[in-house]
Amino acid sequence: MRKLLNVLYVTSPEAYLGKEGETVLILLNDEVKLRIPIHNLEGIVCFGYTGASPALMHLCAERGVALSFLAESGKFLARVSGRVNGNVLLRRRQYRQADSPEEALQLAKGFILGKIFNCRCVLQRFLRDHEQRGDPPMVQEGVKALTIQLQKTANSRHLDMLRGVEGEGARVYYGVFDHLILEVKDIFTFTGRSRRPPLDAVNALLSFLYTLLAHDCTAALETVGLDPQVGFLHRERPGRPSLALDLMEELRPYLVDRFVVSLINTRQIGATGFVTKESGGVLMTDEVRKNVITAWQKRKQEEVMHPFLGEKIPVGLIPYAQALLLARHLRGDLEAYPPFLMK
Amino acid sequence: MMVLVTYDVNTEKEAGKKRLRKVAKLCKDYGQRVQNSVFECLVDPVQFAKLRKRLEEIIDAENDSLRYYFLGDNWKSRVEHVGAKGTYDPEGVLMV
Repeated sequence: MRKLLNVLYVTSPEAYLGKEGETVLILLNDEVKLRIPIHNLEGIVCFGYTGASPALMHLCAERGVALSFLAESGKFLARVSGRVNGNVLLRRRQYRQADSPEEALQLAKGFILGKIFNCRCVLQRFLRDHEQRGDPPMVQEGVKALTIQLQKTANSRHLDMLRGVEGEGARVYYGVFDHLILEVKDIFTFTGRSRRPPLDAVNALLSFLYTLLAHDCTAALETVGLDPQVGFLHRERPGRPSLALDLMEELRPYLVDRFVVSLINTRQIGATGFVTKESGGVLMTDEVRKNVITAWQKRKQEEVMHPFLGEKIPVGLIPYAQALLLARHLRGDLEAYPPFLMK
Repeated sequence: MMVLVTYDVNTEKEAGKKRLRKVAKLCKDYGQRVQNSVFECLVDPVQFAKLRKRLEEIIDAENDSLRYYFLGDNWKSRVEHVGAKGTYDPEGVLMV
């Protein structure tokens, strides 16, 4: 397995990124704050109004380092991507499969099966860990309802039916998600998923981390030579990384949802640090955002056993491992795509 | 793996100064300058082989010297820092 490299996060809005030789320079008020060789990096994520020199963009594109620009809220703005790399034959297979309703359905089923299975796992794990606390009957109901959705996923005969099942599953899951949060309930209550803008602190955390995960998934797909914009479940739309969104479905519960719950329940994120805008949208302060990124980076370095590969890999490489398995399936080396299933 | 690269380049002559500049520039591409003529480079074996070859092409073996210290993957337990000149951890959280 590949080595997990580091991601550089630039959160100071007045920072400027430059290039010198083979290194990335971070300048603050014309002073070199940090100088990092490009080969130590996997990606660069910039928040706010950070500038970057064209020479640096060139270097990132050439070395396959994902360079993304996000708004301070975490909303995705732009990404620098170089020449399309990888195998043209593989991409042709991907397009053909995306065009074939039956084959697209098979793959989409995999993603949704993974998603609902993992959602159920998040709830089951909660029940096991907190037998006396919270509101187990509701959560138990959720587990049952998700089991039914799992069955329905397998029986779906076309994509729209599958999308319906997915929506139903998400409704059940987000319906009981609030019960998983045990600390500082006056701030961290979850009444339902809201985005653009997120309307409460929990949604702000979820949205922000989904964006970071999308960055990682897009980069992973590009690394293995797939086109992140051509998806199987998500419809194509200009600029939308449909395949990255497909791949993310099964990873959201494990990588993000559970992480958000543990950030709150272990009190790594406090009640202060969220600002409500006039529009009703909730934003994090710089400090909270930094804490979240720090915890996220640590989480990515933890090692887990990959259920299909049977190998210990860092959590941060899971998107890459799944992209690799997807490419193997499209190439015909694997009969079916094995979604990432939590234990 | 982490490799510590240190060098001594004889700068009595103009050519030596030129070599010194070249060596320093190359090392910067591969790692972090932790002291004058001391670099910590987090590299894989291929990257190290490249670095090594290019360095050894620049120096003049009669007058200059290079030393590599191999600290492996668990290098963090083998390095301690005291005093000024903060450094960054290339495997830690990188945030500016």
